[in-house]
Amino acid sequence: MAEIVTLAEAVTELVNDGDQVALEGFTHLIPVAAGHEIIRRGRRDLTLVRMTPDIVYDQMIGAGCARKLVFSWGGNPGVGSLHRFRDAVQNAWPAPLELEEHSHAGMANRYVAGASGLPFAVMRGYTGTDLPSVTTTIKPITCPFTGERLTAVPAINPDVTVIHAQRADRAGNVQMWGLVGVQKEAVLAAGRSIVTVEEVTDELAPVPGQVVLPSWAVTAVAEVAGGAHPSYAQGYSDRDNTYYQEWDAISRDRATFENWLTEAVLA
Amino acid sequence: MTGTSVETSGHAAHTASEMMSVAAARALRDGTSCFVGIGLPSTAANLARRGHAPNLTLIYESGALGAKPDSLPLSIGDGILAETADAVVGVPEVFNYWLQPGRIDVGFLSAAQLDRFGNINTTVIGGDYANPRVRLPGAGGAPEIAASCREVFIVVKQSRRSFVDKVDFVTSVGHGSGAGDRARLGLPGAGPTMVITDLGVFRPDPGTAELVLEQVHPGVTVQQVREATGWELAVASEVGTTTAPTAGELTALRALTGGPDGNDG
Repeated sequence: MAEIVTLAEAVTELVNDGDQVALEGFTHLIPVAAGHEIIRRGRRDLTLVRMTPDIVYDQMIGAGCARKLVFSWGGNPGVGSLHRFRDAVQNAWPAPLELEEHSHAGMANRYVAGASGLPFAVMRGYTGTDLPSVTTTIKPITCPFTGERLTAVPAINPDVTVIHAQRADRAGNVQMWGLVGVQKEAVLAAGRSIVTVEEVTDELAPVPGQVVLPSWAVTAVAEVAGGAHPSYAQGYSDRDNTYYQEWDAISRDRATFENWLTEAVLA
Repeated sequence: MTGTSVETSGHAAHTASEMMSVAAARALRDGTSCFVGIGLPSTAANLARRGHAPNLTLIYESGALGAKPDSLPLSIGDGILAETADAVVGVPEVFNYWLQPGRIDVGFLSAAQLDRFGNINTTVIGGDYANPRVRLPGAGGAPEIAASCREVFIVVKQSRRSFVDKVDFVTSVGHGSGAGDRARLGLPGAGPTMVITDLGVFRPDPGTAELVLEQVHPGVTVQQVREATGWELAVASEVGTTTAPTAGELTALRALTGGPDGNDG
Protein backbone atom coordinates (compact mmCIF):
# COMPACT_ATOMS: atom_id res chain seq x y z
CA MET A 1 0.00 0.00 0.00
CA ALA A 2 1.25 3.47 -0.81
CA GLU A 3 2.36 5.57 2.13
CA ILE A 4 1.34 9.20 2.16
CA VAL A 5 4.47 11.15 3.04
CA THR A 6 6.14 14.49 2.34
CA LEU A 7 8.06 14.92 -0.89
CA ALA A 8 11.32 15.31 1.06
CA GLU A 9 10.68 12.04 2.90
CA ALA A 10 9.83 10.23 -0.32
CA VAL A 11 12.96 11.36 -2.16
CA THR A 12 15.24 10.82 0.85
CA GLU A 13 14.04 7.27 1.34
CA LEU A 14 13.46 6.11 -2.20
CA VAL A 15 16.00 7.83 -4.48
CA ASN A 16 19.61 6.78 -3.91
CA ASP A 17 22.89 7.82 -5.49
CA GLY A 18 23.57 5.69 -8.57
CA ASP A 19 19.93 4.72 -9.10
CA GLN A 20 18.22 4.46 -12.45
CA VAL A 21 15.45 7.04 -12.07
CA ALA A 22 12.60 7.75 -14.47
CA LEU A 23 10.62 10.99 -14.18
CA GLU A 24 7.79 10.62 -16.67
CA GLY A 25 5.04 12.89 -17.95
CA PHE A 26 4.63 13.63 -21.65
CA THR A 27 4.49 17.46 -21.65
CA HIS A 28 1.55 17.19 -19.23
CA LEU A 29 1.93 16.26 -15.52
CA ILE A 30 5.73 16.52 -15.42
CA PRO A 31 7.02 15.91 -11.86
CA VAL A 32 9.15 19.06 -11.73
CA ALA A 33 8.91 19.66 -7.97
CA ALA A 34 10.17 16.12 -7.38
CA GLY A 35 13.07 16.78 -9.74
CA HIS A 36 13.98 19.86 -7.72
CA GLU A 37 13.81 17.82 -4.52
CA ILE A 38 16.27 15.32 -6.03
CA ILE A 39 18.59 18.27 -6.78
CA ARG A 40 18.20 19.58 -3.20
CA ARG A 41 19.01 16.15 -1.76
CA GLY A 42 22.25 16.27 -3.75
CA ARG A 43 21.73 12.95 -5.53
CA ARG A 44 24.59 11.99 -7.86
CA ASP A 45 25.49 9.45 -10.55
CA LEU A 46 21.87 8.90 -11.50
CA THR A 47 20.92 7.22 -14.74
CA LEU A 48 18.06 9.48 -15.74
CA VAL A 49 15.42 7.91 -17.96
CA ARG A 50 12.78 9.95 -19.73
CA MET A 51 11.21 9.95 -23.20
CA THR A 52 11.27 13.74 -23.42
CA PRO A 53 13.99 15.20 -21.22
CA ASP A 54 12.93 18.82 -21.19
CA ILE A 55 13.36 21.61 -18.67
CA VAL A 56 13.38 19.48 -15.52
CA TYR A 57 16.13 17.21 -16.86
CA ASP A 58 18.05 20.22 -18.17
CA GLN A 59 17.98 21.48 -14.58
CA MET A 60 18.98 18.12 -13.05
CA ILE A 61 21.79 17.63 -15.59
CA GLY A 62 23.06 21.17 -15.02
CA ALA A 63 22.94 20.59 -11.26
CA GLY A 64 25.20 17.56 -11.64
CA CYS A 65 22.75 14.78 -10.70
CA ALA A 66 23.19 12.68 -13.84
CA ARG A 67 25.82 10.27 -15.10
CA LYS A 68 23.76 8.89 -17.96
CA LEU A 69 20.63 9.80 -19.89
CA VAL A 70 18.30 7.29 -21.54
CA PHE A 71 15.92 9.22 -23.79
CA SER A 72 14.24 9.77 -27.14
CA TRP A 73 13.84 13.55 -27.53
CA GLY A 74 15.80 16.16 -25.57
CA GLY A 75 14.54 19.64 -26.26
CA ASN A 76 12.57 22.60 -24.94
CA PRO A 77 9.21 21.88 -26.61
CA GLY A 78 8.22 24.62 -29.03
CA VAL A 79 11.23 26.76 -28.02
CA GLY A 80 14.45 25.02 -29.06
CA SER A 81 17.42 23.28 -27.56
CA LEU A 82 18.26 22.38 -23.98
CA HIS A 83 21.44 24.29 -23.25
CA ARG A 84 22.49 22.44 -20.08
CA PHE A 85 21.99 19.11 -21.87
CA ARG A 86 24.02 20.38 -24.82
CA ASP A 87 26.76 21.73 -22.56
CA ALA A 88 27.01 18.34 -20.84
CA VAL A 89 27.19 16.43 -24.15
CA GLN A 90 29.42 18.88 -26.02
CA ASN A 91 31.65 20.07 -23.15
CA ALA A 92 31.17 17.56 -20.30
CA TRP A 93 29.92 20.37 -18.00
CA PRO A 94 29.35 19.97 -15.11
CA ALA A 95 30.12 16.29 -15.74
CA PRO A 96 30.30 13.95 -18.73
CA LEU A 97 26.90 12.61 -19.74
CA GLU A 98 26.62 9.18 -21.30
CA LEU A 99 23.73 8.85 -23.75
CA GLU A 100 21.50 5.92 -24.58
CA GLU A 101 19.33 7.20 -27.37
CA HIS A 102 16.09 5.78 -28.75
CA SER A 103 12.96 6.85 -30.60
CA HIS A 104 9.67 7.50 -28.80
CA ALA A 105 8.22 4.23 -30.09
CA GLY A 106 11.27 2.39 -28.81
CA MET A 107 11.15 4.00 -25.35
CA ALA A 108 7.39 3.43 -25.05
CA ASN A 109 7.86 -0.23 -25.91
CA ARG A 110 10.74 -0.56 -23.43
CA TYR A 111 8.42 0.63 -20.66
CA VAL A 112 5.65 -1.72 -21.86
CA ALA A 113 8.07 -4.65 -21.66
CA GLY A 114 9.17 -3.51 -18.21
CA ALA A 115 5.60 -3.23 -16.98
CA SER A 116 4.76 -6.63 -18.52
CA GLY A 117 7.59 -8.48 -16.81
CA LEU A 118 9.15 -9.35 -20.16
CA PRO A 119 12.85 -9.03 -21.03
CA PHE A 120 12.23 -7.15 -24.27
CA ALA A 121 9.62 -5.73 -26.61
CA VAL A 122 9.28 -6.29 -30.33
CA MET A 123 8.36 -3.56 -32.79
CA ARG A 124 8.75 -2.25 -36.29
CA GLY A 125 11.22 0.57 -35.99
CA TYR A 126 14.70 2.03 -36.42
CA THR A 127 15.21 0.20 -39.74
CA GLY A 128 17.60 2.09 -41.98
CA THR A 129 18.41 4.73 -39.38
CA ASP A 130 21.82 5.30 -37.78
CA LEU A 131 20.41 4.78 -34.27
CA PRO A 132 21.26 1.03 -34.05
CA SER A 133 24.89 1.90 -34.85
CA VAL A 134 25.19 4.13 -31.76
CA THR A 135 22.73 2.46 -29.35
CA THR A 136 23.49 -1.10 -28.27
CA THR A 137 19.96 -1.61 -26.90
CA ILE A 138 18.46 -1.85 -30.42
CA LYS A 139 18.76 -5.27 -32.04
CA PRO A 140 17.19 -7.06 -35.00
CA ILE A 141 15.00 -10.08 -34.29
CA THR A 142 13.29 -12.57 -36.59
CA CYS A 143 9.63 -13.40 -36.07
CA PRO A 144 9.45 -17.15 -35.29
CA PHE A 145 6.10 -17.42 -37.08
CA THR A 146 6.55 -15.41 -40.27
CA GLY A 147 10.30 -14.96 -40.58
CA GLU A 148 9.85 -11.19 -40.73
CA ARG A 149 12.80 -9.11 -39.53
CA LEU A 150 11.70 -6.87 -36.68
CA THR A 151 13.39 -4.85 -33.95
CA ALA A 152 13.84 -5.79 -30.30
CA VAL A 153 14.43 -3.33 -27.47
CA PRO A 154 15.10 -4.39 -23.87
CA ALA A 155 12.75 -3.69 -20.99
CA ILE A 156 13.34 -0.64 -18.84
CA ASN A 157 12.91 -1.40 -15.14
CA PRO A 158 13.87 1.77 -13.27
CA ASP A 159 14.92 1.52 -9.63
CA VAL A 160 12.42 4.27 -9.04
CA THR A 161 9.82 6.01 -11.20
CA VAL A 162 8.49 9.44 -10.27
CA ILE A 163 5.28 10.88 -11.74
CA HIS A 164 2.81 13.67 -10.98
CA ALA A 165 -0.98 13.07 -10.98
CA GLN A 166 -4.05 15.13 -10.28
CA ARG A 167 -5.34 13.32 -7.20
CA ALA A 168 -4.92 10.54 -4.70
CA ASP A 169 -7.29 9.37 -1.98
CA ARG A 170 -6.21 8.85 1.61
CA ALA A 171 -5.52 5.18 0.94
CA GLY A 172 -3.00 6.20 -1.73
CA ASN A 173 -4.99 5.26 -4.84
CA VAL A 174 -3.85 7.60 -7.63
CA GLN A 175 -6.05 9.17 -10.33
CA MET A 176 -4.87 11.05 -13.41
CA TRP A 177 -6.45 12.15 -16.67
CA GLY A 178 -5.81 14.15 -19.83
CA LEU A 179 -2.62 13.23 -21.68
CA VAL A 180 -1.42 10.32 -19.56
CA GLY A 181 1.70 9.57 -21.58
CA VAL A 182 3.64 6.53 -20.47
CA GLN A 183 3.23 7.02 -16.72
CA LYS A 184 1.25 3.87 -15.94
CA GLU A 185 3.82 1.72 -17.71
CA ALA A 186 6.73 3.58 -16.09
CA VAL A 187 5.30 3.05 -12.58
CA LEU A 188 4.51 -0.62 -13.17
CA ALA A 189 7.98 -1.21 -14.64
CA ALA A 190 9.76 0.26 -11.60
CA GLY A 191 10.99 -1.28 -8.36
CA ARG A 192 9.70 1.70 -6.40
CA SER A 193 7.50 4.66 -7.26
CA ILE A 194 6.80 8.17 -6.02
CA VAL A 195 3.63 9.98 -7.10
CA THR A 196 3.21 13.66 -6.35
CA VAL A 197 -0.40 14.86 -6.58
CA GLU A 198 -2.21 18.17 -6.76
CA GLU A 199 -4.39 17.13 -3.83
CA VAL A 200 -5.24 14.25 -1.55
CA THR A 201 -9.01 13.87 -1.33
CA ASP A 202 -11.48 11.67 0.54
CA GLU A 203 -12.87 10.17 -2.64
CA LEU A 204 -11.78 9.94 -6.27
CA ALA A 205 -14.81 11.11 -8.26
CA PRO A 206 -14.71 9.44 -11.70
CA VAL A 207 -13.36 11.58 -14.56
CA PRO A 208 -13.63 10.67 -18.28
CA GLY A 209 -10.45 9.15 -19.63
CA GLN A 210 -8.99 8.56 -16.19
CA VAL A 211 -6.17 6.21 -15.35
CA VAL A 212 -6.21 4.84 -11.80
CA LEU A 213 -3.13 3.33 -10.20
CA PRO A 214 -4.21 1.24 -7.22
CA SER A 215 -2.51 2.06 -3.95
CA TRP A 216 -0.77 -1.35 -3.83
CA ALA A 217 1.04 -0.56 -7.11
CA VAL A 218 2.58 2.67 -5.72
CA THR A 219 5.25 3.09 -3.02
CA ALA A 220 4.75 6.69 -1.88
CA VAL A 221 2.32 9.53 -2.51
CA ALA A 222 3.13 13.15 -1.65
CA GLU A 223 0.78 16.10 -1.92
CA VAL A 224 2.51 18.86 -3.90
CA ALA A 225 0.04 21.38 -5.32
CA GLY A 226 1.54 22.91 -8.46
CA GLY A 227 4.19 20.19 -8.52
CA ALA A 228 4.10 19.99 -12.31
CA HIS A 229 4.84 23.68 -12.94
CA PRO A 230 5.83 24.91 -15.56
CA SER A 231 4.03 22.00 -17.19
CA TYR A 232 0.42 21.65 -16.18
CA ALA A 233 -2.16 19.48 -14.51
CA GLN A 234 -5.36 19.37 -16.52
CA GLY A 235 -8.25 20.59 -14.39
CA TYR A 236 -5.85 22.37 -12.00
CA SER A 237 -3.42 24.55 -13.94
CA ASP A 238 -2.37 25.72 -17.39
CA ARG A 239 0.98 25.27 -19.06
CA ASP A 240 3.27 28.23 -18.27
CA ASN A 241 4.53 28.79 -21.81
CA THR A 242 6.36 31.97 -20.75
CA TYR A 243 8.52 29.96 -18.35
CA TYR A 244 9.56 27.61 -21.17
CA GLN A 245 10.46 30.60 -23.33
CA GLU A 246 12.37 32.31 -20.50
CA TRP A 247 14.26 29.11 -19.69
CA ASP A 248 16.11 29.48 -22.98
CA ALA A 249 17.95 32.58 -21.74
CA ILE A 250 18.42 31.36 -18.16
CA SER A 251 19.95 28.06 -19.27
CA ARG A 252 22.15 29.41 -22.06
CA ASP A 253 24.87 30.65 -19.72
CA ARG A 254 26.48 28.63 -16.91
CA ALA A 255 26.61 31.54 -14.43
CA THR A 256 23.01 32.56 -15.08
CA PHE A 257 21.96 28.96 -14.62
CA GLU A 258 23.87 28.61 -11.36
CA ASN A 259 22.28 31.81 -10.01
CA TRP A 260 18.88 30.45 -10.96
CA LEU A 261 19.68 27.12 -9.27
CA THR A 262 20.74 28.85 -6.06
CA GLU A 263 17.74 31.15 -5.92
CA ALA A 264 14.94 28.98 -7.30
CA VAL A 265 15.84 25.50 -6.07
CA LEU A 266 18.49 25.48 -3.35
CA ALA A 267 17.38 28.55 -1.37
CA MET B 1 11.49 34.27 -40.24
CA THR B 2 13.37 35.90 -43.09
CA GLY B 3 11.70 39.26 -42.76
CA THR B 4 11.63 39.69 -46.52
CA SER B 5 8.20 40.61 -47.73
CA VAL B 6 6.80 39.78 -51.14
CA GLU B 7 4.04 41.78 -52.81
CA THR B 8 2.17 39.97 -55.55
CA SER B 9 -0.59 41.60 -57.51
CA GLY B 10 -4.00 40.67 -56.16
CA HIS B 11 -2.50 39.17 -53.02
CA ALA B 12 -1.48 40.53 -49.65
CA ALA B 13 2.19 41.02 -48.79
CA HIS B 14 3.64 37.99 -47.03
CA THR B 15 6.93 36.69 -45.73
CA ALA B 16 8.80 33.68 -47.08
CA SER B 17 8.00 31.77 -43.89
CA GLU B 18 4.31 32.49 -44.32
CA MET B 19 4.47 31.25 -47.91
CA MET B 20 6.07 28.06 -46.62
CA SER B 21 3.37 27.45 -44.02
CA VAL B 22 0.58 28.16 -46.51
CA ALA B 23 2.10 25.89 -49.18
CA ALA B 24 2.55 23.16 -46.58
CA ALA B 25 -1.03 23.53 -45.39
CA ARG B 26 -2.39 23.27 -48.93
CA ALA B 27 -0.67 19.90 -49.34
CA LEU B 28 -2.97 18.33 -46.75
CA ARG B 29 -6.19 16.89 -48.19
CA ASP B 30 -9.51 17.19 -46.39
CA GLY B 31 -10.78 14.01 -44.79
CA THR B 32 -7.34 12.49 -44.26
CA SER B 33 -5.39 11.87 -41.06
CA CYS B 34 -2.11 13.57 -40.30
CA PHE B 35 0.48 12.68 -37.66
CA VAL B 36 1.70 16.14 -36.72
CA GLY B 37 5.32 16.82 -35.79
CA ILE B 38 6.36 19.66 -33.52
CA GLY B 39 7.00 23.15 -34.93
CA LEU B 40 6.37 24.09 -38.56
CA PRO B 41 4.27 20.98 -39.31
CA SER B 42 1.89 21.85 -36.49
CA THR B 43 1.45 25.37 -37.85
CA ALA B 44 0.69 24.05 -41.33
CA ALA B 45 -1.68 21.32 -40.16
CA ASN B 46 -3.66 23.68 -37.97
CA LEU B 47 -3.87 26.20 -40.82
CA ALA B 48 -5.17 23.49 -43.16
CA ARG B 49 -7.86 22.47 -40.67
CA ARG B 50 -9.01 26.08 -40.36
CA GLY B 51 -9.13 26.51 -44.14
CA HIS B 52 -9.69 24.00 -46.92
CA ALA B 53 -9.48 20.85 -44.77
CA PRO B 54 -11.92 21.17 -41.86
CA ASN B 55 -12.18 17.38 -41.62
CA LEU B 56 -8.44 16.81 -41.34
CA THR B 57 -7.77 14.52 -38.37
CA LEU B 58 -4.78 15.79 -36.39
CA ILE B 59 -2.88 13.16 -34.44
CA TYR B 60 -0.28 14.23 -31.91
CA GLU B 61 2.25 11.81 -30.43
CA SER B 62 1.26 13.00 -26.96
CA GLY B 63 -1.88 10.88 -27.31
CA ALA B 64 -4.43 13.34 -28.74
CA LEU B 65 -6.28 11.74 -31.66
CA GLY B 66 -8.44 14.20 -33.61
CA ALA B 67 -7.31 17.34 -31.77
CA LYS B 68 -9.09 20.58 -32.74
CA PRO B 69 -7.13 23.38 -31.07
CA ASP B 70 -8.49 26.90 -31.58
CA SER B 71 -5.05 28.42 -31.16
CA LEU B 72 -1.61 27.16 -32.09
CA PRO B 73 -0.23 24.92 -29.35
CA LEU B 74 3.35 25.78 -28.31
CA SER B 75 4.12 22.11 -27.74
CA ILE B 76 2.74 18.79 -28.91
CA GLY B 77 1.25 18.29 -25.46
CA ASP B 78 -0.65 21.49 -24.67
CA GLY B 79 -3.89 20.99 -22.75
CA ILE B 80 -6.00 22.29 -25.61
CA LEU B 81 -5.08 19.19 -27.62
CA ALA B 82 -6.47 16.73 -25.08
CA GLU B 83 -9.51 18.88 -24.33
CA THR B 84 -10.56 19.02 -27.99
CA ALA B 85 -9.55 15.50 -29.09
CA ASP B 86 -11.89 12.74 -30.25
CA ALA B 87 -9.88 10.34 -28.13
CA VAL B 88 -6.96 10.61 -25.74
CA VAL B 89 -4.73 7.56 -25.48
CA GLY B 90 -1.43 6.68 -23.86
CA VAL B 91 1.84 7.07 -25.71
CA PRO B 92 2.48 3.32 -26.24
CA GLU B 93 -0.97 3.09 -27.83
CA VAL B 94 -0.31 6.01 -30.21
CA PHE B 95 2.75 4.33 -31.61
CA ASN B 96 1.74 0.66 -31.41
CA TYR B 97 -1.98 0.69 -32.28
CA TRP B 98 -2.34 3.79 -34.43
CA LEU B 99 0.96 4.52 -36.17
CA GLN B 100 2.70 1.12 -36.55
CA PRO B 101 -0.10 -0.72 -38.47
CA GLY B 102 -0.20 2.03 -41.11
CA ARG B 103 -3.52 3.62 -40.18
CA ILE B 104 -2.32 7.20 -40.69
CA ASP B 105 -2.29 8.88 -44.09
CA VAL B 106 0.34 11.58 -43.77
CA GLY B 107 3.29 12.07 -41.47
CA PHE B 108 4.26 15.72 -41.32
CA LEU B 109 7.86 16.27 -40.24
CA SER B 110 10.58 18.88 -40.11
CA ALA B 111 14.36 18.50 -40.18
CA ALA B 112 17.62 20.12 -39.15
CA GLN B 113 19.34 18.51 -42.14
CA LEU B 114 17.78 16.91 -45.23
CA ASP B 115 19.51 15.20 -48.15
CA ARG B 116 18.49 14.71 -51.78
CA PHE B 117 16.62 11.51 -50.88
CA GLY B 118 14.64 13.12 -48.08
CA ASN B 119 16.60 11.45 -45.28
CA ILE B 120 16.29 13.47 -42.08
CA ASN B 121 18.83 14.35 -39.38
CA THR B 122 17.65 15.75 -36.04
CA THR B 123 20.37 14.12 -33.90
CA VAL B 124 23.88 15.58 -34.22
CA ILE B 125 25.75 17.96 -36.53
CA GLY B 126 29.50 17.94 -37.06
CA GLY B 127 32.19 15.99 -35.24
CA ASP B 128 31.14 12.46 -34.49
CA TYR B 129 28.23 11.06 -32.53
CA ALA B 130 30.11 10.94 -29.23
CA ASN B 131 31.63 14.41 -29.67
CA PRO B 132 29.28 16.39 -31.90
CA ARG B 133 29.71 20.03 -32.80
CA VAL B 134 25.99 20.54 -32.20
CA ARG B 135 23.81 18.20 -30.20
CA LEU B 136 20.20 18.36 -31.49
CA PRO B 137 17.09 17.08 -29.65
CA GLY B 138 17.10 13.65 -31.30
CA ALA B 139 14.54 11.34 -32.84
CA GLY B 140 11.29 11.75 -30.94
CA GLY B 141 8.53 10.05 -32.89
CA ALA B 142 10.01 10.78 -36.32
CA PRO B 143 11.75 7.49 -37.27
CA GLU B 144 8.54 5.49 -36.99
CA ILE B 145 6.37 8.30 -38.42
CA ALA B 146 8.68 8.34 -41.45
CA ALA B 147 8.53 4.55 -41.70
CA SER B 148 4.84 3.82 -41.16
CA CYS B 149 2.66 6.70 -42.39
CA ARG B 150 1.28 6.11 -45.89
CA GLU B 151 3.27 9.11 -47.08
CA VAL B 152 5.43 11.83 -45.54
CA PHE B 153 5.53 15.57 -46.10
CA ILE B 154 8.55 17.52 -44.88
CA VAL B 155 8.53 21.24 -44.18
CA VAL B 156 11.89 22.90 -43.56
CA LYS B 157 13.58 26.28 -43.98
CA GLN B 158 16.01 25.89 -46.83
CA SER B 159 19.69 26.83 -46.82
CA ARG B 160 23.01 25.14 -47.46
CA ARG B 161 23.01 24.30 -43.76
CA SER B 162 19.73 22.39 -43.95
CA PHE B 163 19.82 21.06 -47.54
CA VAL B 164 23.03 19.05 -47.37
CA ASP B 165 24.78 16.62 -49.69
CA LYS B 166 25.00 14.05 -46.90
CA VAL B 167 23.18 14.17 -43.57
CA ASP B 168 25.55 13.80 -40.61
CA PHE B 169 23.21 11.22 -39.04
CA VAL B 170 20.19 9.37 -40.45
CA THR B 171 17.57 9.90 -37.75
CA SER B 172 14.59 9.13 -39.99
CA VAL B 173 14.71 7.39 -43.35
CA GLY B 174 13.38 9.09 -46.46
CA HIS B 175 14.28 7.17 -49.60
CA GLY B 176 17.57 5.87 -48.19
CA SER B 177 20.18 5.76 -50.92
CA GLY B 178 17.64 5.90 -53.74
CA ALA B 179 14.74 4.21 -55.48
CA GLY B 180 13.82 0.79 -54.12
CA ASP B 181 15.66 1.29 -50.84
CA ARG B 182 12.48 1.56 -48.74
CA ALA B 183 11.15 -1.71 -50.12
CA ARG B 184 14.51 -3.37 -49.50
CA LEU B 185 14.47 -2.13 -45.89
CA GLY B 186 10.87 -3.27 -45.45
CA LEU B 187 9.54 0.20 -44.65
CA PRO B 188 5.77 0.04 -45.20
CA GLY B 189 4.92 3.65 -46.14
CA ALA B 190 5.75 5.48 -49.37
CA GLY B 191 8.17 7.85 -47.63
CA PRO B 192 8.56 11.54 -48.48
CA THR B 193 6.32 12.53 -51.37
CA MET B 194 6.67 16.27 -50.94
CA VAL B 195 9.16 18.71 -49.41
CA ILE B 196 8.04 22.27 -48.82
CA THR B 197 10.54 25.01 -48.02
CA ASP B 198 10.49 28.78 -47.83
CA LEU B 199 11.75 28.83 -51.43
CA GLY B 200 9.77 26.16 -53.25
CA VAL B 201 8.24 22.71 -53.47
CA PHE B 202 10.09 19.46 -54.27
CA ARG B 203 8.91 15.97 -55.12
CA PRO B 204 10.94 12.79 -55.53
CA ASP B 205 11.65 11.65 -59.08
CA PRO B 206 9.66 8.42 -59.62
CA GLY B 207 12.69 6.75 -61.19
CA THR B 208 15.49 7.78 -58.84
CA ALA B 209 13.66 8.99 -55.71
CA GLU B 210 15.87 12.11 -55.80
CA LEU B 211 14.14 15.37 -54.90
CA VAL B 212 13.28 17.52 -57.90
CA LEU B 213 12.41 21.22 -57.71
CA GLU B 214 8.90 21.48 -59.15
CA GLN B 215 7.70 24.86 -57.92
CA VAL B 216 9.25 28.11 -56.77
CA HIS B 217 7.40 30.50 -54.52
CA PRO B 218 6.50 33.95 -55.92
CA GLY B 219 9.57 36.17 -56.28
CA VAL B 220 12.03 33.25 -55.94
CA THR B 221 14.30 32.23 -58.83
CA VAL B 222 15.55 28.74 -59.63
CA GLN B 223 19.07 30.09 -59.22
CA GLN B 224 18.28 31.16 -55.65
CA VAL B 225 17.05 27.66 -54.89
CA ARG B 226 20.21 26.14 -56.37
CA GLU B 227 22.34 28.43 -54.22
CA ALA B 228 20.48 27.28 -51.12
CA THR B 229 21.00 23.60 -51.94
CA GLY B 230 24.09 21.66 -50.91
CA TRP B 231 24.01 19.27 -53.88
CA GLU B 232 23.61 19.52 -57.66
CA LEU B 233 19.88 20.19 -57.65
CA ALA B 234 17.56 18.39 -60.07
CA VAL B 235 15.05 20.82 -61.58
CA ALA B 236 11.84 19.93 -63.39
CA SER B 237 11.70 20.76 -67.11
CA GLU B 238 8.87 23.16 -66.33
CA VAL B 239 9.05 24.82 -62.95
CA GLY B 240 5.74 26.19 -61.73
CA THR B 241 5.15 29.12 -59.43
CA THR B 242 3.28 28.62 -56.19
CA THR B 243 0.08 30.63 -55.92
CA ALA B 244 0.74 33.40 -53.40
CA PRO B 245 -1.12 33.22 -50.10
CA THR B 246 -4.63 34.56 -50.35
CA ALA B 247 -5.82 37.23 -47.95
CA GLY B 248 -7.94 34.57 -46.27
CA GLU B 249 -5.00 32.22 -45.82
CA LEU B 250 -2.83 34.99 -44.40
CA THR B 251 -5.54 36.12 -42.00
CA ALA B 252 -6.00 32.58 -40.75
CA LEU B 253 -2.25 32.01 -40.43
CA ARG B 254 -1.68 35.25 -38.55
CA ALA B 255 -4.56 34.46 -36.23
CA LEU B 256 -2.68 31.26 -35.37
CA THR B 257 0.84 32.66 -35.11
CA GLY B 258 0.16 36.13 -33.78
CA GLY B 259 1.22 38.01 -36.91
CA PRO B 260 3.90 37.87 -39.60
CA ASP B 261 6.66 38.02 -36.98
CA GLY B 262 4.90 35.77 -34.49
CA ASN B 263 5.64 32.24 -33.46
CA ASP B 264 5.82 30.17 -36.62
CA GLY B 265 6.45 26.97 -34.79
